[in-house]
Amino acid sequence: MSVLAIVEQRMASEVLAAAQQFGSDVKAYSIDLPYTADAYTSAVEELIRKVNPTLVVFGHTYQTRDYAPRLAARFGRTLIGDVIAARFEKKDPPVFVRQMFQGKFNADVRLVGDGPHFVSIQAGAWRADGSPQVEKFSPASVTSRQVAEPPFREAARAVDLTAADIIVSVGRGIKEKENIPVVEALAQALGAELAASRPICDAGWLPMDRQVGSSGQTVSPKVYIAVGISGAIQHLVGMKGAKTIVAINKDPDAPIFEVAHYGIVGDLFEVVPALVEELKKTK
Amino acid sequence: MKIAVAIKQVPLRDSPLRLNAAGTWIDEDTLSFEINEPDAYALEEALQLREKHGGEVIVISVGPARVSQTIREALAKGADRGIHIESSSIDTFGIANLLATALRPESPDLILTGLQSDDLGYGQTGVVLAQLLGLPSSTIIMQVEIQPGKVRVKRELEDGWFQHIEMPLPAVLTIQSGLNKLRYATLMGIKKAKTKEIKVISLDGAAEVAPPSAVIEKLYAPEKNKQAQIFEGDPRTAAAKLVEKLRFEARVL
Repeated sequence: MSVLAIVEQRMASEVLAAAQQFGSDVKAYSIDLPYTADAYTSAVEELIRKVNPTLVVFGHTYQTRDYAPRLAARFGRTLIGDVIAARFEKKDPPVFVRQMFQGKFNADVRLVGDGPHFVSIQAGAWRADGSPQVEKFSPASVTSRQVAEPPFREAARAVDLTAADIIVSVGRGIKEKENIPVVEALAQALGAELAASRPICDAGWLPMDRQVGSSGQTVSPKVYIAVGISGAIQHLVGMKGAKTIVAINKDPDAPIFEVAHYGIVGDLFEVVPALVEELKKTK
Repeated sequence: MKIAVAIKQVPLRDSPLRLNAAGTWIDEDTLSFEINEPDAYALEEALQLREKHGGEVIVISVGPARVSQTIREALAKGADRGIHIESSSIDTFGIANLLATALRPESPDLILTGLQSDDLGYGQTGVVLAQLLGLPSSTIIMQVEIQPGKVRVKRELEDGWFQHIEMPLPAVLTIQSGLNKLRYATLMGIKKAKTKEIKVISLDGAAEVAPPSAVIEKLYAPEKNKQAQIFEGDPRTAAAKLVEKLRFEARVL
């Protein structure tokens, strides 16, 4: 099967590794243009018509999410986004596995009809290895309705979670802003930094600079204690590098238990105070 | 200005989900449903833009009969009218096609939708819709500023980075959760919603959309990771065991 890998700086070697697993005839290109959705859509469309691949592979980055669905639609296809595995059968292309219902289920997705087909791979799902040749592609002509300004960061972060040895992180399970002190007490007992999943920061219960996940900070502390966090992939990518992961959640099927080393299934409003008491007792 | 908001109805957050007998989808019989969370933020943004610039907010949704309830709730929050395309399709491309067909005669100035759904999570419907309507789009938007003939948006990038993008109107934007504060429906709003129009477009199965280019063959619970040691029992015993393990096995405390 012929595979076209579209490589950007982010996830580059993972995309190449996945492409090589998907097919033996791999061509890899980076697009030699400043990014806008329109510019990349037409550039990669031109490239696909030139290379004529059966499968086009991307990293599931914010950039890919911005233009690849539009590109696939030009070929009458749906992008199979955020795939975590591929299962090979007798015939090409493979069956792709992706998460649905916020990671509660996996789905086997079968492609129908002739190529080109489009898939993007989840960060961390393929091991980066080697660095095969990546060619640069410059399209013949480019027009873009979007005009992009240079990327920027908001005011410097007040909290650097990446330096913390222990992090206590809180999610939707905390239910109300008034309950935040419950986890604050645990953070204090452990000498830990307090962090949160996205919804908690969105709601303004904790400041944005305490957010862990794809749009927040990526941390790898010695201990990460996830309290009332179900474990959506956007959160997991920000913390699965922690040495020891502890999950406290009332739902035994929560995806967070998949990456945890230790877990307590139970009501956080009972478990967390018990933990605080235990830590004080044995100090 | 005329703003269309594409919303989706999904299972109520934290619903216990079970697979159907064929293992191809979830069993929907016992479930309650609500608006997809990012779509609720898209609706809120549309309502705020209308308050600032005047005009009309239309909510549009593709789904079975039950979806009318979610449309009615959006009307109660302040949307002016609704369009319900009755279809049980879950194919992104097919759904975007249905939305495009219904929105073309409306020619809205701006189309908003959530960045992704809590069920399928493809995060593409808005972008594909933009392609089908021939409109520019931008995704994962944190801020929308309407200027004469164009829109300036703040787009979220990874790791706390952002970018401003400008594009001409009409345009399609996919909205990130948390960019504004959601309002509740007022009693007056709920009362008013009863008299607002919901146009129902029924599609009788056959030839409603092109055949999907991908199908869900099987849906299943992910394989359990055996490495996690789970402590059960009463909270105090579990807490004591956990602290002991962190001290003497993981040696991290």
